[in-house]
Amino acid sequence: MNRWLPRTYLTLVYLLLYVPIVVLVVFSFNESRTGYEWGGLSLRWYEALFNNRAMVQAMWNSLWLALSAATVSTLIGALTALALHRYRFRGKKVLNGMLFIVMMSPEIVLAISLLALFLLVGLQLGYVSLLLAHVTFCLPFVVITVMARLSGFDERLPEAARDLGATDFTMTRTVLIPVIMPALLAGWLLGFTLSLDDVVVSTFVSGPSYEILPLRIYSMVRVGLKPEVNALGTLLLVFSLVMLILSQWILLRSKR
Amino acid sequence: MGSVRQQPFRAAVLVLVWGWLLFLVFTPNLLVVGASVMTRDPGSFISLPLNLDAYRQLLNPLYLDVFLHSLYMAAMTTLICLLIGYPFAWALSKVPKQRQVLLIFLLIVPFWTNSLVRTYALKLLLATNGLLNNALMSLGLIEEPLKMLYTEGAVIVGLVYLLLPFMILPLYAVFDDLREDYLRASHDLGAGRLSTFIHVIVPLTLPGVLAGVMLVLLPAMGLFFVPDILGGSRNLLVGNVIKNQFLDTRNWPFGAAASIVLTLAMAFLMFAHRLSKRRIGEDGV
Repeated sequence: MNRWLPRTYLTLVYLLLYVPIVVLVVFSFNESRTGYEWGGLSLRWYEALFNNRAMVQAMWNSLWLALSAATVSTLIGALTALALHRYRFRGKKVLNGMLFIVMMSPEIVLAISLLALFLLVGLQLGYVSLLLAHVTFCLPFVVITVMARLSGFDERLPEAARDLGATDFTMTRTVLIPVIMPALLAGWLLGFTLSLDDVVVSTFVSGPSYEILPLRIYSMVRVGLKPEVNALGTLLLVFSLVMLILSQWILLRSKR
Repeated sequence: MGSVRQQPFRAAVLVLVWGWLLFLVFTPNLLVVGASVMTRDPGSFISLPLNLDAYRQLLNPLYLDVFLHSLYMAAMTTLICLLIGYPFAWALSKVPKQRQVLLIFLLIVPFWTNSLVRTYALKLLLATNGLLNNALMSLGLIEEPLKMLYTEGAVIVGLVYLLLPFMILPLYAVFDDLREDYLRASHDLGAGRLSTFIHVIVPLTLPGVLAGVMLVLLPAMGLFFVPDILGGSRNLLVGNVIKNQFLDTRNWPFGAAASIVLTLAMAFLMFAHRLSKRRIGEDGV
């Protein structure tokens, strides 16, 4: 086959994927208020962003939520992966199936089911409901990341630990955890990003007591164009990119 | 395997995991199924008696129109993603391995970045006084700005933009597994290019196609913020209807019924995917 045809095609699709992002970043430094003409380089939209107290509060709320959701889901996800990998128990397939369903089902289905649950048990919508929901949708991704790491693992190591008299807990702490550490970090970073970016589930399970960033952006972009969003979007973009590079670097380094 | 007393750690892990999934996955889904067969109640959202009114309401021409329109936009999105993604994944699998790593990285960057922000970035481009119109006018291709925002097309463009990587990744996985010997064997047995494509490549990549369709078609019906930002009030998705029923109109049974229809569609697609995988053998040949 012609060699340059596939290459041109690949380049073209990548261009389409990245042009809007580049435009957003460039216009975040635009002095002009309008979204179509260039008024010179400026940081005024970044300034406006940080002078907005409600916005800064929403940023902190989002960061704290993402931090806690990532930590809890990594903890539970890692234990789930270990259980699925090491133990034989009844209903293992059901457990696997449930995780698969959480990952595959449209977010909105998960969102309304959680809203129904929280209202039924009388949980006030706010930080706690957001945390429970975010941990739930992050969980399968952590489990998969850790399982992938465990599948290439030498089964004789835990047996050796057991033969030397280690209990299950000791063996997990001294043998398994060090092995899955890179996957834990990668899973944590993924969970953090998923939580920070979520709109669909958060729309349903958040309350006025705890405003988070994506919902604030959502209410801003529904009507018209807001230059502050360009600045905020750029910041989020850089943040996610750093997280992604970090997680890939951790995974790649651990393979060597 | 020891008893609970011998392995307290194992027991604790299993209780935690099962507890979480039963409370936050199983019970909520059961609640939705329950809500869909109950009666709407302004005070407590839902009440007895049980009935199928919500499902009957789905067939109400007013909503049926919205659902069919949503299905149409989702189907177009899926088709466009497939048409762009299939040759893309093929070309990607032919790139030298070393460079593939970087290219796949570039493909998953969007997955890690805020989808709301990316949808907004499209709005910047498509607006009446936005960049695309300005560029076209200064090139002299159009006289007046085109109305691109708040149209059906804008919603489809937005959905394609957000969901394309989810079509490409499973397709790339099957193309990466496609062994050259099969193509050579087909050629040696006298098949032409077209014949090889139809009888060898298409069947072998079918699981990837179905996985991609599954990952694109369903979100394309649920991502309610895309029409909110790009589509105006006339181009609603099933997701918008569900959201309205739960958050504004407070008609839970109807919203629940709509969401169950989405779930059933997902189950159907998953079943088709498994079937296609079994047909070409478990070992992924």
